[in-house]
Amino acid sequence: MSKDIRIRKGLDIKLVGEAEKNTVDATRSNVFAIKPDDFHGIVPKVIAKQGVEVKAGEPLFHSKSNENMLFPSPVSGEVVEIVRGAKRKILAFKILADKEQQYADFGVKDVNSLSGDEVKAHLLSSGCWPFIKQRPYDVIANPDVAPKAIFISGYTTAPLAADSDYVLAGKENELQAAVTALSKLTEGQVHVSVGKKGNSPLAGLNNIALHNVSGPHPAGNVSVQIAKIDPINKGEVVWVVNPQDLVIIGELLLTGKFNAERTVALAGSSVKTPKYFKTKIGAEVSSVVYTSGVHDEGNIRVISGDVLTGDNVKPDGNLGYYHNTISVIPEGDDYEFFGWNKPIFNKISPSRALTFSWLFPNKKYDLNTNTNGEHRAFVVTGSYETVFPLDIYPLQLLKACAVNDLDAMEQLGMYEVAPEDFALTEFICVSKQPHQQIIREGLDLMLKEIG
Amino acid sequence: MGLKDKLHKLKLKYKGKKMAPAFNAIHTFLYLPNETTHSGAHVRGADDLKRTMNTVIMALVPCLLFGIFNAGYQYYSAINGFPQEFSLFEHFINWENFVLGASKIIPLVVVSYGVGLAVEFLFAVKKGHEVEEGYLVTGMLVPLIVPVDTPLWMLSVAVIFGVVIGKEVFGGTGMNILNPALTIRAFLFFSYPGWMSGDKVWVHSAVEKSGVDALSGETVLGYLANSKPFDYSVSDMFFGFIPGSVGETSAFLILLGGLFLIYSKIGSWRIMLSAVLGTLAMGLIFNGVVEAGWITDSSKFYALMNLEFWKHLIVGGIAFGIVFMATDPVTASQTNKGKWIYGFLIGFISILIRVFNPAYPEGVFLAILLMNVFAPTIDHYVVQGNVKKRMKRLKLKTA
Repeated sequence: MSKDIRIRKGLDIKLVGEAEKNTVDATRSNVFAIKPDDFHGIVPKVIAKQGVEVKAGEPLFHSKSNENMLFPSPVSGEVVEIVRGAKRKILAFKILADKEQQYADFGVKDVNSLSGDEVKAHLLSSGCWPFIKQRPYDVIANPDVAPKAIFISGYTTAPLAADSDYVLAGKENELQAAVTALSKLTEGQVHVSVGKKGNSPLAGLNNIALHNVSGPHPAGNVSVQIAKIDPINKGEVVWVVNPQDLVIIGELLLTGKFNAERTVALAGSSVKTPKYFKTKIGAEVSSVVYTSGVHDEGNIRVISGDVLTGDNVKPDGNLGYYHNTISVIPEGDDYEFFGWNKPIFNKISPSRALTFSWLFPNKKYDLNTNTNGEHRAFVVTGSYETVFPLDIYPLQLLKACAVNDLDAMEQLGMYEVAPEDFALTEFICVSKQPHQQIIREGLDLMLKEIG
Repeated sequence: MGLKDKLHKLKLKYKGKKMAPAFNAIHTFLYLPNETTHSGAHVRGADDLKRTMNTVIMALVPCLLFGIFNAGYQYYSAINGFPQEFSLFEHFINWENFVLGASKIIPLVVVSYGVGLAVEFLFAVKKGHEVEEGYLVTGMLVPLIVPVDTPLWMLSVAVIFGVVIGKEVFGGTGMNILNPALTIRAFLFFSYPGWMSGDKVWVHSAVEKSGVDALSGETVLGYLANSKPFDYSVSDMFFGFIPGSVGETSAFLILLGGLFLIYSKIGSWRIMLSAVLGTLAMGLIFNGVVEAGWITDSSKFYALMNLEFWKHLIVGGIAFGIVFMATDPVTASQTNKGKWIYGFLIGFISILIRVFNPAYPEGVFLAILLMNVFAPTIDHYVVQGNVKKRMKRLKLKTA
């Protein structure tokens, strides 16, 4: 079954520094870090204490609320440090990688003969469960609640993000094994979306419902696709998996090894030669960033993830658990004389208020991290709707979240959104409001109060 | 050390101090701040609130300039009689008109901005938030919607009232229910009706002169409301060579400003278009009433009802209200569907008030204030439509 999804509302942010389709091996990272904050809402309980030797795939910690949910080490080596912050909160597990990698053996499985419960137990014990996230709330899936469907978006529209079609090429066997296994976890279907014009290896898989998506960002966001295919109602749960994580799940099933290897795009205008690297989850970003060289080293922001939704990791930080893009852009810590009223040619704007990006729809921009204005109350109306394809009132939902109005949040469609869906409204926001943070806090409140 | 570095040092010095908002307001006026993103998207679009407001001001500047020349033109024409063969550069855009107009109107602008911004700064410093840009537009609108001879003390009192009661008590820009500029206008109108309406106030010095030297300062609507004849042509009315509030007379320049706002995507075309439709609809209804013979020319409403429906758009302040007042995003409906209803009713009710209120033949500011109050209600029902759709989907699922 194939269905076309066409998105009209949105905005493609075209930036300088797209990764060239050429993959090289990254310099080997010495220390890998796993940050519990990457797993939103999870309180870690330490399993591998400082000084313990672990193999790749062996657990570092489990969730406080579910001790079957294990979080694995991406490499074999020694846990050299557990970094703690205020109130002894664990910030990161640091693992000094062995030269010769050793993998925990979880056994080769025949996916076709596995039952749903076996798949679930296998994914939990091997540490692959955290790859499965759920909607509502955009957190790691609760293994006890069966989803009505599983969604995988193989269409990349976020600015400078790693192109799914490219990084998944040649991984058909792993992808097939993973979707076959996942299809046993739901009574519904595994919905896979691919770009209409692309050439995705996902398109040839069996046991899936395939959808062809076209349109500007956020067409690649899975929420947009869910809303078009099978919208989430109150009380329903769907699961979401990133395609690059399917490869890891698939390899686990086919070989019995947890191989955290990932093809990562290094992109952004500060990178001299943007391209793809093979590296592992938790690797030091410096192992790829400096191989390629950067412009103006003292003035860069290194982001694990894409420029709209990623985390600011600093040049000595590590690749996040769910990320397959490292973006490096210039910091914008500078003043601009009469920057608020002079004509603007070098920044993107949805308006034409002496901003001229509408004249050059195909121009690529070199944006920095300047907010281009100060934080204000919500004033302008009607602009968010032009980049927000969901059938939801974005301004009203943001306001409901800001005042913690649970009833309004529920009625206005909070179950259907994730923070990333508000990245574009945040980008164009004239009042420079932190939309993604408002939505994240709203979702957290709902999870706590309604569950 | 350049100005940029000096100001940066001062900013650090003022940080956390009481006067910081006041300093920042001036600093950010000169320089786009060096603020970088902390959460969420790492890059941001080019527009901020200052740029948005500045665009509206740019759209208003032609109306202000026209108002300056028109103040002089109306005054000298009232004394010397209207020129037989009107020539734009000979009779309108000339030095005398400019000097007279500027001497009356520039003080209005200065007082409006001076007093309003002073109140804004005071509240920002007192409450410790940044000075918000809302008043940049309000301060420009106010001088354009008052009669040319409005005393400056009166304007000051009204501006203080409008900014404090109309905006700051609700929490400042973005939180207000009523359009601050119209709150100021309404305050002036109800407090000092003698200065704000009648047949004298619309031309400079017409109030003081009586007896032999008497000047007529009647607006077109005034003539119509009193069923008196007047000799302004349609092109006079369209281009704005008529008496009226400072900036409201030229429908042509307002139209250009409106098109600029729509083109720059700052003003809502939905509100403007639907308000024009509402105006035409009410005008047509009244024309129909006259045509059906339900009302005769002995009625005091006859002249206004009989005005061709489209002429309503080029007399009085309705064009100005539709383009610059109704589209204020804070006090208008916030949903796209709601904007259609909101705009239409503004046009519709404006003409209703205009025709049926003999004391004061311009209704647009009352209509907009009324709809400001109803805008949240309109939005509520529009949003409920979306909520109901979601509920229906759920019911279908569980049924």
